[in-house]
Amino acid sequence: MSTRRIRVLIAKPGLDGHDRGAKIVVRALMDAGYEVIYTGLRQPPEAVAQVALEEDVDVIGLSSLAGSHLSYCERLKQQLIDAGLDDRLWIIGGSIPAQDQQTLKEIGLDGVFPAGSELQEIVDFINERCK
Amino acid sequence: MTVQTKKRSGASKNRSESSRAVINESGIEIKTVYTEQDLEKSGGVEMVGLPGEYPFTRGIHKEMYRKRPWTMRQYTGFGNPEDTNERFKFLIENGQTGLNVAFDLPSQIGMDSDDELATGEIGRVGMAVDSLRDFETAFDGIDLEKITVSLTVNGSAAIMIAMYLAMAEKRGYDIAGLRGTAQNDILKEFIGRGTWIFPVEASIKLVADTIEYCARHAPKYSPVSVCGYHIRESGADPAQEMAYGFCIAKAYMDMVLARGLDVDEFASRLSFNFNIYGNIFEQVAKFRAGRSLWAKIVKEEYGATNPRSMVLRMIAGGGGSGLTKEQPEVNIVRGAYYALISALSGAQTMALCCFDEAYTIPSEDAQRLSLRTMQLLIEEMGLCDTVDPLAGSYYVETLTNQMRARMTEVMQSVDEQGGIIKMVAEGTIQSQVSAQAYELLQDVESGEFPKVGVNCYQVEEDEPEVEYHPYAQDDARRQIERLEQLRDERDTAAVKAALQKLADDARAEVSVMPAIMAAVKTYATVGEMTDTLVSVYGRYDEPVRF
Repeated sequence: MSTRRIRVLIAKPGLDGHDRGAKIVVRALMDAGYEVIYTGLRQPPEAVAQVALEEDVDVIGLSSLAGSHLSYCERLKQQLIDAGLDDRLWIIGGSIPAQDQQTLKEIGLDGVFPAGSELQEIVDFINERCK
Repeated sequence: MTVQTKKRSGASKNRSESSRAVINESGIEIKTVYTEQDLEKSGGVEMVGLPGEYPFTRGIHKEMYRKRPWTMRQYTGFGNPEDTNERFKFLIENGQTGLNVAFDLPSQIGMDSDDELATGEIGRVGMAVDSLRDFETAFDGIDLEKITVSLTVNGSAAIMIAMYLAMAEKRGYDIAGLRGTAQNDILKEFIGRGTWIFPVEASIKLVADTIEYCARHAPKYSPVSVCGYHIRESGADPAQEMAYGFCIAKAYMDMVLARGLDVDEFASRLSFNFNIYGNIFEQVAKFRAGRSLWAKIVKEEYGATNPRSMVLRMIAGGGGSGLTKEQPEVNIVRGAYYALISALSGAQTMALCCFDEAYTIPSEDAQRLSLRTMQLLIEEMGLCDTVDPLAGSYYVETLTNQMRARMTEVMQSVDEQGGIIKMVAEGTIQSQVSAQAYELLQDVESGEFPKVGVNCYQVEEDEPEVEYHPYAQDDARRQIERLEQLRDERDTAAVKAALQKLADDARAEVSVMPAIMAAVKTYATVGEMTDTLVSVYGRYDEPVRF
């Protein structure tokens, strides 16, 4: 068993600047004992994949509030495959319409946490899947 | 500032626990009953005065809504300028009296629609703007004297203000008499909302350029609307919201004064934007306290002599963070109470978030409902009959004094920590506000902070049937095609020369507004002008700290 702490990347994809949610999730995951890397705003898919690779994270989390999540995740997926990171846990939260949740799962997202999800749900999900 | 552990107003789950302290969001303990003694103890009625007179606690005009109801200015914009122009006209036909323009993210952060990073974002959260031509289309057929326009834009505000003025000039308006507002409050973008472009110092310099330019050439135009609003949305409490807003306004004023302008030459055109969700009495007290505190600051600290320099003109609206995804129809009722707060507070302008806004760009029906909400207050509920109707209440006057004291404390604490510019540049204020947002969410999740439909009175609900605003790929494509066409048609040599002049002026550290005005008129694009300025100023490097 490894004693290495779970490493989580939280990224703000696209151009949206609403980071209240992302920063709250960062704090909650830090309180849960994870190592958290937060990218700051306006990350293109290449940058997210690059940081995920350099930091060798177990989890890649996105926070999207301005509606560009589908096209963004499609582009990020290719980057993750190219970087050999498609085996990492990949989650998203924010303003995600119910009708998009299935599409996101088909793209390859492991977990979708729309606004209103409890922080503990996110922590439990990561705990469960990163055992 | 230390973050207090708060039991907020209304937080007691068991109403029989009357001994339990009730403390509002700003940290003020609320008593069961207020009397004359409480009011005396809090400072008495010295700061109350009369509407339209210093210190303006009761309102900035003598007659307020008796003379003219608040301006209704719903935040609107999506797709390309044609789509937005159509929605503007719909709202005006339905009785809206001002416009409040939403720009898409590429436009807000200075990118053209054909920029690779704009993929998937063109026209998504607002109207796409690449050049003056888009402004001409968006405002086509709208009487700019009858309908005042507010531009909700910050990072690229200097460019958008220039486009607005140039468009008006082209249509034959004299910009010396043109009214209107730009948000143009970059310091709060670093704290919340995030549409910054340039480093902090250069960003503030640009704001000062716009204030100076407007003071000289468009003296009726309000070049800045300082926003406590988004700082509150990011996690600040109501007293902090206003106090941080005032610290920011002072930072801009200091910059302009350092250029040799007199405070009375520009202070009357500064405006403000504050949030209206939360406890009714706390909000009303916040606005009344804020008006008198600001008047006092401008008069005593800045030595203004014209009373119009001292007035806190504001849009009081939104309430986004107060609305819920759960049981969205309840947001219609919340919106009505928020509008009531705004009216009781004496705001000059109001905009309401729509009930479907937690899900999507509001539908026409939802926007009309928000307009009707405000129109009900004006036409049926007597909100315009008399000025500052809550004045004289022991509770409201006491709370107004206490909120003013609390805001003063917060402002002092900012000064002690090195001032707002330093705190923003180092990320300390962002970190404090975000810590409070986390704390609040934990209180919501534990039920300590009641939220109807979220942690109490929940119902089993499927995702409600909301009419999602579609993202129109075709509009995005058309916007790019038109941009390409523009690049072919315009006078390339004139554009190049104008951009060169802009770079030279930026390097010479003189005001860049005249050069931006000239460049806009050659149909230089938002992206070209921004890139030119970035080549001189550089880009902001976001400090991330927890």
